[in-house]
Amino acid sequence: MEKSVADTIRDITRDHLEQNNGLLFAQCITAVGWIQNTVPPHAPGLVELPMADVSGPGFAIGAAIMGRRPIFVLRFQSFLWLAVSPLVNYAAKARDIWGKGVPIFIRAIASEGNGTGPVHSGCYHNLFMHMPGTLVCAPMTPNEYHEVWNAFMQQDGPILVSEHRRSYLSSAEMPDLVRNDADVTLYPISASRFSTLEAIPILEKMNIRCNVVHILWLKPFQLNARVMDPLKRSGCGLVIDPAFEIAGASQSLAYDLMLATRRPVKALGQEDRSPGVANRLENGTPTPQRIVEAAVQLVRNKTTAPSTPP
Amino acid sequence: MSAPSTRPASRSADHGALPGLAELCPSDLSLEMFRRMCRARHFDEQAFLASRNGWLQSLVYLSVGQESIAAAISTVMGGAWIFTQHRGHAAYLSFGGDIEKLIDELIGLPTGCCRGMGGSPCIHDPNIRMIGHEGLIAEHVPIAVGAAYASPDSPVVCFFGDGAVEEDYFFGALGFAATHNLKVLFVCEDNDLSVLTPTSDRRSWEIHEVARSFGIRAVDVADDPWLVHHHVSELSRRLPAFLNCRTCRCYWHVGAGQDGPPEWDRFNIVKQQLAGLGLENAAATIEAESKAEIERLWKSRLQTPSAT
Ligand SMILES: Cc1ncc(C[n+]2csc(CCOP(=O)(O)OP(=O)(O)O)c2C)c(N)n1
Ligand SMILES: [Mg+2]
Repeated sequence: MEKSVADTIRDITRDHLEQNNGLLFAQCITAVGWIQNTVPPHAPGLVELPMADVSGPGFAIGAAIMGRRPIFVLRFQSFLWLAVSPLVNYAAKARDIWGKGVPIFIRAIASEGNGTGPVHSGCYHNLFMHMPGTLVCAPMTPNEYHEVWNAFMQQDGPILVSEHRRSYLSSAEMPDLVRNDADVTLYPISASRFSTLEAIPILEKMNIRCNVVHILWLKPFQLNARVMDPLKRSGCGLVIDPAFEIAGASQSLAYDLMLATRRPVKALGQEDRSPGVANRLENGTPTPQRIVEAAVQLVRNKTTAPSTPP
Repeated sequence: MSAPSTRPASRSADHGALPGLAELCPSDLSLEMFRRMCRARHFDEQAFLASRNGWLQSLVYLSVGQESIAAAISTVMGGAWIFTQHRGHAAYLSFGGDIEKLIDELIGLPTGCCRGMGGSPCIHDPNIRMIGHEGLIAEHVPIAVGAAYASPDSPVVCFFGDGAVEEDYFFGALGFAATHNLKVLFVCEDNDLSVLTPTSDRRSWEIHEVARSFGIRAVDVADDPWLVHHHVSELSRRLPAFLNCRTCRCYWHVGAGQDGPPEWDRFNIVKQQLAGLGLENAAATIEAESKAEIERLWKSRLQTPSAT
């Protein structure tokens, strides 16, 4: 049977705990199936944290300084707002200040919908993009998770792994889709990669052909040929993120892409309002419908835009 | 992880019991506390069914098993400002919250007590001076303390759980209340669980002892409503004070399900005690009326055109 993302995380974690003398810090580790089946039950090195959400990351940072390369797990990204201070102020700056980094693998799980509302929904990887010193990524496939883990083991700083519950049961890899006749290039991040794949057939029925360039690394975001060439050819782009749009990953990446290619690139993320629990008030990852609307608008603007500046 | 958990000795249905309290209590007060327990119990039993049937749009945090604490405190401190955590149905209903507004909130209607934004964990109702919780555990404790600082004439009751007391900022809040001698009653609804993790897997210390070390008067007792009433009557005369109350959550942390029978169910114990006081018939009438009324309200709200 193919391994899902959750299986992959669990296996990597087990190896790290059993073979590397690693540690894993989290609250309520046994709950809800050992954190959605991502933690190996009763493995050595599991540290049950008290509900001290500001100190918790500090404990992990101390262990990282002592060489244990801890995994620090947050069941909901909304708790990042409490955990972020020691992580970005201490762990992320340590290499610059003292010449020695603090390697800590921060697993922050995003979720949304189903009544989670303002409390337990949300995706906040941009908090770490804003501050220097942390690698930021959002793996959604088993191979991507391995890539991220290997990157972590080869360097000595903190890494923010922005996970999303929607990926846990998936075992599929998600290769880029690039074609020569594309009208628009889509750059989806995290769970929006699943929504984007649902939007593509709808767009195709409307005669809009799409490239899809999947974004794994948010920081550093590498402007290489793989990322830029499809955009140059298709003429416009759309960066899609499950997080808030304003000052978020989608706007940041869109800005970089636009400057580098001189093609219009739009950002699409959560609307600028708190999500509510009632279905009518949800505000999560852009839906396929919102993606379709944004792509149609971009393509339409492209065809109506004057060919030379006025 | 640490060794398998063991229950502390202080965790029992008669922890801190003072014999004869129920007998000394006026009957109308005993029955009023029971009436408030019924209100919360019957509400949550209906919420349980509605959740099972897929009629709720909110995650639901049920108070079943823990009703006696808020029921007893509300008979002493009615009119106080109230701050609760995610498991706030019993406090809301005991302090006089509007049943229909809470149903509406759970089923996602704009007429809910948070207009459908917050759901079960965020109950807010200025009419009964209840201030909403956003969802981060213990976040409301410093806020409750700030409210007490700014409004020194109005007492504040702040409810939270045994998990929340481990939050860093919880200690800052206790310290500020002690330093400024603020009128806050801190109430820990100690069900010995944070989600599924028992206290002994998380910490080795007792929160009421921490409160005492700040110079705050503190008691640690079981959730017997007569006992809670007795201590709160006493503590509320000189705030700040701390009440740690050993209790049992009967259902899942979140959602409608049960892992096994609770260590004790105070509701049934109280019914037996009322019978022993010769109040069996009066209690049965209260229970039947409460159940019928709440079932009627749930039914009617679920029939509104925009429900579910
Ligand atoms: C700051 C923060 N950390 C973690 C959580 C996740 N969480 C939600 S409820 C809960 C358990 C809290 O236990 P307790 O305070 O005892 O309340 P109870 O559920 O037992 O009523 C936890 C850990 C949260 N909501 N906020
Ligand atoms: Mg608890």
